[in-house]
Amino acid sequence: MGRVLELENVHKAYKLGFIPKKKPVLKGVSFHVNEGEIFGYLGPNGAGKTTTIKCILNLIFPDAGRITIFGEDSLRPRARQKVGFLPENPYFYDYLTGREFLAFYADLLGIHGQAREDKIGYFLKLVGMERAADLQLRKYSRGMLQRIGLAQALLNDPALVILDEPMGGLDPIGRKEFRDIIVNLKKEGKTVFLSSHILQDIEMICDRVAIILAGEIINQGYLGDLISEKVLFTEVIIGGVPAAEFDHLGESVSTSGDRVLLKVYEEEKIDQVLSLVQQKKGKIISLIPRTETLEDIFVNMVKSQ
Amino acid sequence: MKITTIALNTFKEAKRDRVLYLLFFFVAVCLLFSRFLALLTVGDRVKIIKDVGLASISLFGMLMAILMGTGLVYKEIDKKTIFTLLAKPIHRAEFLLGKFLGLVLTIFIMTVLMAAVFMLILFLHTFSVDWKILLAILYIFFELCLMTAVALLFSTFTTPILASLYSLAFYLIGHLSWSLEMLIKKVKSGAGRAALRVLYTVLPDLENFNFKTEVVHNLPLPGKLLGTSFVYGVVYTAFLLLLAMLVFRRRDFV
Repeated sequence: MGRVLELENVHKAYKLGFIPKKKPVLKGVSFHVNEGEIFGYLGPNGAGKTTTIKCILNLIFPDAGRITIFGEDSLRPRARQKVGFLPENPYFYDYLTGREFLAFYADLLGIHGQAREDKIGYFLKLVGMERAADLQLRKYSRGMLQRIGLAQALLNDPALVILDEPMGGLDPIGRKEFRDIIVNLKKEGKTVFLSSHILQDIEMICDRVAIILAGEIINQGYLGDLISEKVLFTEVIIGGVPAAEFDHLGESVSTSGDRVLLKVYEEEKIDQVLSLVQQKKGKIISLIPRTETLEDIFVNMVKSQ
Repeated sequence: MKITTIALNTFKEAKRDRVLYLLFFFVAVCLLFSRFLALLTVGDRVKIIKDVGLASISLFGMLMAILMGTGLVYKEIDKKTIFTLLAKPIHRAEFLLGKFLGLVLTIFIMTVLMAAVFMLILFLHTFSVDWKILLAILYIFFELCLMTAVALLFSTFTTPILASLYSLAFYLIGHLSWSLEMLIKKVKSGAGRAALRVLYTVLPDLENFNFKTEVVHNLPLPGKLLGTSFVYGVVYTAFLLLLAMLVFRRRDFV
């Protein structure tokens, strides 16, 4: 499996203030993205996610370090030939209609004539924007801009798709559709680099992740390696038995009507809870074992730094 | 091809921003002033119309070049549209050149329209066509191209307001620097004269493109002068564009 994108010890500092003072944003970022995977780039706001992406795309020049895309130095425009990019909160020429907007980018990428029209039609359909195709972008909602932005990023049939907070402005249905599109991109053999702070999205679709905090990568690897399969606790919802009965078995988190939400930490106590419910003629409404989530790891890491 | 795409998009933006409506203002200014000034002046009324018309084309073109040119790159950065554009496999120089040519195309079309209106007004007064007028307008257009490059250069590193002020200063210096040439002739040779010559060489001389007086008063237009002015325009514009590309080449888009 080849390396599609590689960052080696990338440093970047911004000069701020009237008397310029350097503020380091990236402090030696190194990671690589393998061919055909969905790579999640995770970090809280202001950690340096967007700066990293801008360095990759040559919108910002790193002070030190090296970035290669498909083995080519990122400083060469040729390196971006097979890259598609959707920025965070996409801003586009709002005087263009959706169709004109895609035509403009297709022309820039050297796609002309019937091939251009076919591609535009195909991608408008893919992102669900056929009906708004002839509307000026200034009339689009944020979610619609996100969709047309994704179409723009996919126009050149890129082998590497870089998405910066792609689910930001989307409603739950939109987010699901976006996730499906991203998973499909992987099925088509494309590599996806996805930055986000919405952990749920990353957890659902990413193969590997890197976590950045204050300009430094604090952890990276396969999602399965980062998240342990160990059950942290079991959530049991019980009906018809008073919460006080379970005091010695677990922590009752909430009660609503005759329902009790109980957190049981020891596995052997679950059987005791079940037999107690049976004995008291109550009923089990649900029983869910909770394993460690990406959120747990993330919160722990951020706290420990 | 990429340059053409960006240029045509820049033109489309100007068109959708209804910049071409400026033409109506031009017509109004042209008609009103030529009538009004002709009433106040003793002498050749047609000369007044020619004078006002050429000055108006120059003024409106200059306003377009400065006001639109200074926002050309800044707007792309401010509105963050440049992110997706430069993430595509294009050189920054191609982007700048595309923007420049797009605005030059807009100004060209506007100049052609203004010239057409102006020639029509003139024709209605004289019932004849003075083709020399077009030559004066062509050189106004060359000056506007240079001013677009000036505005673009400032646009690559500062805000539209400051860039407009700098461009306006450039324009004023450009139209007054000819007096330095007069001064050089009057100063005795020596260090002072040499310094003045250096200053005159560095500063732009936009009077090189001003053939209004010659055309209005029907004075001779030597071919050598026209040729030198043309070469001066091309070289100066290319130099400014090159400078803009150098500034833009390593700029961070935060």
